[in-house]
Amino acid sequence: MASLKEQMWDPVAGFGVTFRTMFKKVVTEQYPFDKKPTAPRFHGRHQLNRWPDGLEKCIGCELCAWACPADAIYVQGASNTEDERFSPGERYGSVYQINYLRCILCGLCIEACPTRALTMTNEYELADDNREDLIYEKNDLLAPLLPGMSQPPHPMLLGEEERDYYDGTAARRATAQAVDNLKEERT
Amino acid sequence: MGIEEKLPSGILLSSVEGVAGYFRKASMWPATFGLACCAIEMMTSGGPRYDTGRFGMEVFRASPRQADLMIVAGRVSNKMAPVLRQVYDQMANPKWVLAMGVCASSGGMFNNYAILQGVDHVVPVDMYLPGCPPRPEMLIDAILKLHTRVQTAKLGSHRVAEIEEQEQAAMAATPTSQMKGLLR
Repeated sequence: MASLKEQMWDPVAGFGVTFRTMFKKVVTEQYPFDKKPTAPRFHGRHQLNRWPDGLEKCIGCELCAWACPADAIYVQGASNTEDERFSPGERYGSVYQINYLRCILCGLCIEACPTRALTMTNEYELADDNREDLIYEKNDLLAPLLPGMSQPPHPMLLGEEERDYYDGTAARRATAQAVDNLKEERT
Repeated sequence: MGIEEKLPSGILLSSVEGVAGYFRKASMWPATFGLACCAIEMMTSGGPRYDTGRFGMEVFRASPRQADLMIVAGRVSNKMAPVLRQVYDQMANPKWVLAMGVCASSGGMFNNYAILQGVDHVVPVDMYLPGCPPRPEMLIDAILKLHTRVQTAKLGSHRVAEIEEQEQAAMAATPTSQMKGLLR
């Protein structure tokens, strides 16, 4: 025969957890309807960045492909010419592919990139129903053209030589131009 | 023209395919095929925080006969491949496969002799989900993308024609094992 405590108290104590939970805040995230932002440095889809005048930062050096532990990146470099310039300096990445079915989003490619051309966004909704569409080409990865940028190929607009881009002169000129444009708009 | 205009207001018409698709997508029962770290994220998706129960799939079936969605979560070794195929064969039609994570989708960083380079070498995959491991939101996103496919799935003779068409396309395509470069 069970004791009085076992008969009377134990069922109440067991349901006490259930009862207390009724007054707690619901933890469920309503994901597709209410998207919570990720952590700011979340490793999501990659992005190929641009200089403020629209030229690509990627120089086709393949260091990202060499750093990749999963062999997910394929880069093919080509030479810039005076008529067709995609990036400041000699070389640019003519083919740039990332296979998201291999990429483990570890970020070693970002660490390897010498020009900060490759960074990661917070975008993570990548699922697709075939393998081909999950190989992202250069035009899928390139950053969108912001105001003041123009679509390459075009000559270097923010400096006379590539040195100006890498020592910060180009960035200062771009900022000055943007400030001038703002002033003109306001007057 | 048709029956729609003669009906009183408040009555909704649909096709049999539409209704069947709606019911199918709203009560998917996933089979557990957790093989590695992705399985932890898959379990989290079923838990209270992300709660796939909101989409009618909170119950993970351990038996393939009661399941209609196989979530392959994790790397599949060559020794596991026949088991995976048998579980798939035991599932009743209609059935779907979701390759969760890069290892299940293409082998991921494990490009070696022991790991199957993608479960699409042994079973037909309906949805590939990148990420290592994918966060639960990514899994829910993939499941919802699969839901839209299930919703528009065909029935009867349309389905037979669709299967025939897919079969012809699959016969014409290069086998995954013969592909080179990033597609391998």
